[in-house]
Amino acid sequence: MSTLTPDSTQPLIFELGQEGRANRYVETGKPLDAFLPSSLLRSELPLPDNSELDVVRHFTKLSQRTFGIDLGFYPLGSCTMKYNPRVNDAMASLPQFRDLHPYAPDDMAQGALQVMYELERNLASLFGMAAFSLNPSAGAHAELAALLIAKKYYKERGEIRRDKVIVPDTAHGTNPASAAMCGFKVISLPSDERGRVSVEEIKKVLGPDTAVCMMTNPNTLGLFEDHIHEITAAVHAAGGLMYYDGANANAIMGNVRPGDMGFDLMHLNLHKTFTIPHGGGGAGHGPIGVAAHLVDYLPTPLVVATPKSNGDAMGSPSDRLTFALDFDRPKSIGPMRSFWSNFAHAVRALAYIYSNGAEGLAKVSQLAVLNANYVRVKVAEFLEAPYPEICRHEFVVSAQTLKKATGVRALDIAKALLDHGMMAPTVYFPLLVPECLMIEPTETESKETLDRFVEVLRGIVQTAQSDPQQLFDAPVTTVVGRVDETRAARQPNLRWEAQRG
Amino acid sequence: MAQPADLLYSKEHEWVKIDGDVATVGITDYAQNSLGDIVYVELPKVGKKIDQFGNIGVVESVKAVSDLFTPIGGEVIEVNAGLDADPAAVNREPYGAGWLFKVKVADPSQKSNLLSPSDYEAIAVD
Amino acid sequence: MYTPHTERDIREMLEAIGVSSLEELLRVPAAVALKAELDIVPALPEYQLARRFEHFARKNTGADAISFLGAGAYRHYAPPAIASLAMRGEFLTAYTPYQAEVSQGYLQAIYEWQSYICLLTGMDIANASVYDGATALAEGSIMAINANGRRKLLVSRAVDPNYRAVLKTYCDGLDVEIDEIAVRADGTTDLDALEAAVASRTYAAVALQSPNFFGAVDGLSPSARDAVEASGTVPITVVSEALSLAALATPASWGAQIVVGEAQSFGVALAYGGPYVGFIASTEEHMRRIPGRLVGKSVDKEGRPAYVLTLQAREQHIRRERATSNICTNQAHCALIATMYLSLMGKTGLRDVAALNLERSREAATAVSSIEGIDLKFTAPFFNEFVIDVHQDTAPVLAALKARGILGGVDLGRFYPEYATCILVAATELTTTADIAALAASLQEVVHVHAHAR
Repeated sequence: MSTLTPDSTQPLIFELGQEGRANRYVETGKPLDAFLPSSLLRSELPLPDNSELDVVRHFTKLSQRTFGIDLGFYPLGSCTMKYNPRVNDAMASLPQFRDLHPYAPDDMAQGALQVMYELERNLASLFGMAAFSLNPSAGAHAELAALLIAKKYYKERGEIRRDKVIVPDTAHGTNPASAAMCGFKVISLPSDERGRVSVEEIKKVLGPDTAVCMMTNPNTLGLFEDHIHEITAAVHAAGGLMYYDGANANAIMGNVRPGDMGFDLMHLNLHKTFTIPHGGGGAGHGPIGVAAHLVDYLPTPLVVATPKSNGDAMGSPSDRLTFALDFDRPKSIGPMRSFWSNFAHAVRALAYIYSNGAEGLAKVSQLAVLNANYVRVKVAEFLEAPYPEICRHEFVVSAQTLKKATGVRALDIAKALLDHGMMAPTVYFPLLVPECLMIEPTETESKETLDRFVEVLRGIVQTAQSDPQQLFDAPVTTVVGRVDETRAARQPNLRWEAQRG
Repeated sequence: MAQPADLLYSKEHEWVKIDGDVATVGITDYAQNSLGDIVYVELPKVGKKIDQFGNIGVVESVKAVSDLFTPIGGEVIEVNAGLDADPAAVNREPYGAGWLFKVKVADPSQKSNLLSPSDYEAIAVD
Repeated sequence: MYTPHTERDIREMLEAIGVSSLEELLRVPAAVALKAELDIVPALPEYQLARRFEHFARKNTGADAISFLGAGAYRHYAPPAIASLAMRGEFLTAYTPYQAEVSQGYLQAIYEWQSYICLLTGMDIANASVYDGATALAEGSIMAINANGRRKLLVSRAVDPNYRAVLKTYCDGLDVEIDEIAVRADGTTDLDALEAAVASRTYAAVALQSPNFFGAVDGLSPSARDAVEASGTVPITVVSEALSLAALATPASWGAQIVVGEAQSFGVALAYGGPYVGFIASTEEHMRRIPGRLVGKSVDKEGRPAYVLTLQAREQHIRRERATSNICTNQAHCALIATMYLSLMGKTGLRDVAALNLERSREAATAVSSIEGIDLKFTAPFFNEFVIDVHQDTAPVLAALKARGILGGVDLGRFYPEYATCILVAATELTTTADIAALAASLQEVVHVHAHAR
């Protein structure tokens, strides 16, 4: 066994250590029953004691068995896995951000409030919204907030019959799930042959029961909805609201704005577009933005600013303001989470905006689109492109023909890519494209990386024709091979137990 | 697999075997095959009154989930308790050990709303 | 700017695509073109960016004050080993572990997190995390609603007011009603009122918090537990100070079926409110209703132990509008940090930290309550937080403490008009004897001054 190649198994932390092998981070405490009656205390605490070195080795080994952007190309469609700049983390780790308690009084948290204020104002301008609330924790959380806003808005207007939410078939699964959590009924809308929402089709389902139409633009096929202004006009004419799912915002920054397209509500996944590290599944940050007529409904708190009495003429405009958290918003849907926002991520997102400025952000989206189209034309040489036209930041191809000819599925291609030190694209989404691979290269990848990806993928397709078994067996270079998901679900083992060993 | 001739079928791919006033219900071979590896079946409680074609449970596979409709109405008198430990029985023997539940039939005339083996065969194709 | 493109790269790539310019790639109908100049902060070179953020940071004077703030977010010691491990790029820059073969490390860490939460709460299963404590309560309540189909919730007024506010936000969407149970004079939930209420058999769940918002150890008595069980109501326990789990009897021991809470105390930075990490644990009967990701242990095709996301048919990407929740992103990285914290502390260290919290908070309570004009509001045993009554408007008291560099606690009147003269005070292992002496001395002056003014 090489010391540099991870072993195939790493024991659980519970299987390591010896009781009493404790680290001395704090003084030895008195027995607990010196403070509380033993009837209120637990009788045992069955946790392992490990030395710091053993814990460091354990998690270092686990990290070596985990693939991240820092290790290689990560073209996971819909997830915008771009480089996460280190300066963002350094700024978020500044002690006065890290150690600030959420109940610190406003006048002792002015820097944090200024970060939130600047981020909010910048997002509002960048996406053409009247205001954002930084309260929601992630995209799905902001979607829920948006639908709660719609529900309250209609209730206050006496339009309680509006209970239908229109969701195109290309939508993310969170859209219908969020709608259901607010008691809305979901109408699924099929895409037309161009992969877009058709103005005629949507008019057929619009009516006095229309509450919200949830769309993303570009959509999950990577295509720009070029009739969006007609769609938003039709939904508005029917009295409905337009919701923009900002998962694909990396395609539009500084080039076109949801507000200008006619959207009333939107969210952003700052952990996608604004380079917050995804951290293996979160934490994210999902601000919600609204047009002027919905600002009063935003989740609390909002950051408000007033000019300083002893105005400082120097510095940037926001340096001349005093900030406060505003909870007193009677029409608000209320808070979505324990505290004000995922603040450390607000620091990261604002740092990213400062790194780029307006022109830089516009360029980011242009180069994301350039990279996607470059890979698209090359991959179309050997995989089916169901929508062969200019895409935005991502595109889909299908392995349907390949599967019919060789038995090799999108999943096999995905697994084979892992053997080449690359993450797989998103597979089997969106659902309307059979054997779908959804590829999003992002703007931070160089032409050389893209060229190598295309050649690796081309090689895999060639292998499919010559030796499909090799792909059915993939991956073979990883610490484990394909995992038995059926067994995992039929005999759920979701935790360690002493007797299980 | 040919459809067993002694059963009746629904458009939602359930089968029913009627024996006196007791009906045994399961999902068809076609249904189990399209769902893939079944990992969990959520069944109605014994004693529950269910209506013909009503949504009364869920069949879950590793990566899909499908509503379960009853092909016949009545009172649930037994559920296949073995499926909790062995949901794979539905894949292995959809017409045997993988049966789902038994109903005391409320209205035998509901049989006329069901499909014959040959009619079902016509819709159970890829 | 983090784009690697040279002018030549761009030219060659445009040529390969067959378009003449970047603008052509991003062309949109005139009707939706940019309608305003963007008003964005200027681009700064990295060293100037750092100066700008250091300027912001310096204005957060609250981070350097002597602090007795708690109320759902706690200042605890975090060994530096956590930051150095958690900031490894493999962890930081991974997505949700869909491709199990290249995510075994992260999946194993989350499996360990799930196990730790089960061991600490005494429950059978735990999920891979949710946003925070408040959303954990909302999601846990939805589990109960789905379990018994009832459309009302019963919640103690001693549950964190922020959690109750978030629960109300969610319930407004679900059209679920919330009733509240009063607090007794000793600072715990009125269990007689609880027993009477659940007897109606109309509540999906009853939620209590322990230690509750006032710091008091709370929970169901044997008779209340019997009443809850007999009524078919799901007992939910809320834990917002997760460190207490190292000392107090487990929620399972008094009958909780669902335990929800906040694990920020396990090494996660205060960071002005987030990101933190919520957890949901339950008995096995609720397994199919638990929201969010679950990691399971299985084998690979060669029979080697392997971890994988499992029971995914519950989730939004498969069940869509019938999913148990819309949650997609969770708080994996914070859960990883908490797992590292628990591993480093171990049983021995965790017990020591809990004992020090009990000790310092008692020292603080004794010092403060011995001042004339200040009383402990409640008599129930507490963990690391307690309520003092200063018998006067708290705003000038807290302001005077602030002027002396002390954040004396959270003004309870903000949430409870009936406790307008009360302050919630927290002390942890990081609270020093000198901090406590400074608080007591300052309160003595401040409260004294006001007593004269009266």
